[in-house]
Amino acid sequence: MDAGQVEKAQSLELLTGTDSLCPSVLFSPLRLLVVYPWTQRFFQSFGDLSSADAIMGNSKVKAHGKKVLNSFSDGLKNIDDLKGAFAKLSELHCDKLHVDPENFRLLGNVLVCVLAHHFGHEFNPQVQAAFQKVVAGVASALAHRYH
Amino acid sequence: MVLSAAERAAVRALWTKLGSNVGVYATEALERTFLAFPTTKTYFPHFDLTPGSAQVKAHGQKVADALTRAVAHLDDLPTALWALSDLHVRQLRVDPVNFKLLGHCLLVTLARHYPGDFSPAMHASLEKFLSHVILALAISYG
Repeated sequence: MDAGQVEKAQSLELLTGTDSLCPSVLFSPLRLLVVYPWTQRFFQSFGDLSSADAIMGNSKVKAHGKKVLNSFSDGLKNIDDLKGAFAKLSELHCDKLHVDPENFRLLGNVLVCVLAHHFGHEFNPQVQAAFQKVVAGVASALAHRYH
Repeated sequence: MVLSAAERAAVRALWTKLGSNVGVYATEALERTFLAFPTTKTYFPHFDLTPGSAQVKAHGQKVADALTRAVAHLDDLPTALWALSDLHVRQLRVDPVNFKLLGHCLLVTLARHYPGDFSPAMHASLEKFLSHVILALAISYG
């Protein structure tokens, strides 16, 4: 399921300019650590992750969450070549960070939930379907350089 | 990942809030699943899957009733859902990955309709609850 022009238009329209998004979307990667607690293992040095409130208020995790979402948005600008756009990040996550690629799929689904939470009525089934293609494409691109 | 007392209380409280609309949301979750994950349609060749279909609405109500039963039996989901597990596994032969897809779309539906309730902690509680339901449904695979 490759993301095509319609999906690009819809997803970019929703995500254009992360500064315009409310914190709940910008920091949606933080939710990953709350909903799927085993992902916390990659952030042991980030301080207090002992509760949902601690995670959502942790400044290091917030900064990293913003970085993740900015990378995601930047990658979307190259939606016709996601594998190329995320090649370096893919190598980093495999060779240095040793992240199981399944976590990229989980993050994609958390982002979809947060978008539904933020955009409500606008996030109808058609928009969700477009976004599912996009997050699947990004997850696949991030896993592409794994060996 | 056992549901804590607080997580159980949160899920039960939300379900009470959903009231008689569980069927509406389960139907929307099904519609989202068919659109976002078209391979799931393979299990419904005999259905009219267009949005608003009476058949999808009826199936949504069945899913809703099963989830409501699950909420009422959080202490013993495998027993409560045994008949459904047998049906899905032995008769319908549903690949369990599809339960996760519907579960995800149910979370999206609830996030969209209950933004004030969909805090990170509630999101985590619902995800855990649905994971337990999915495990119970797949238990007949042995």
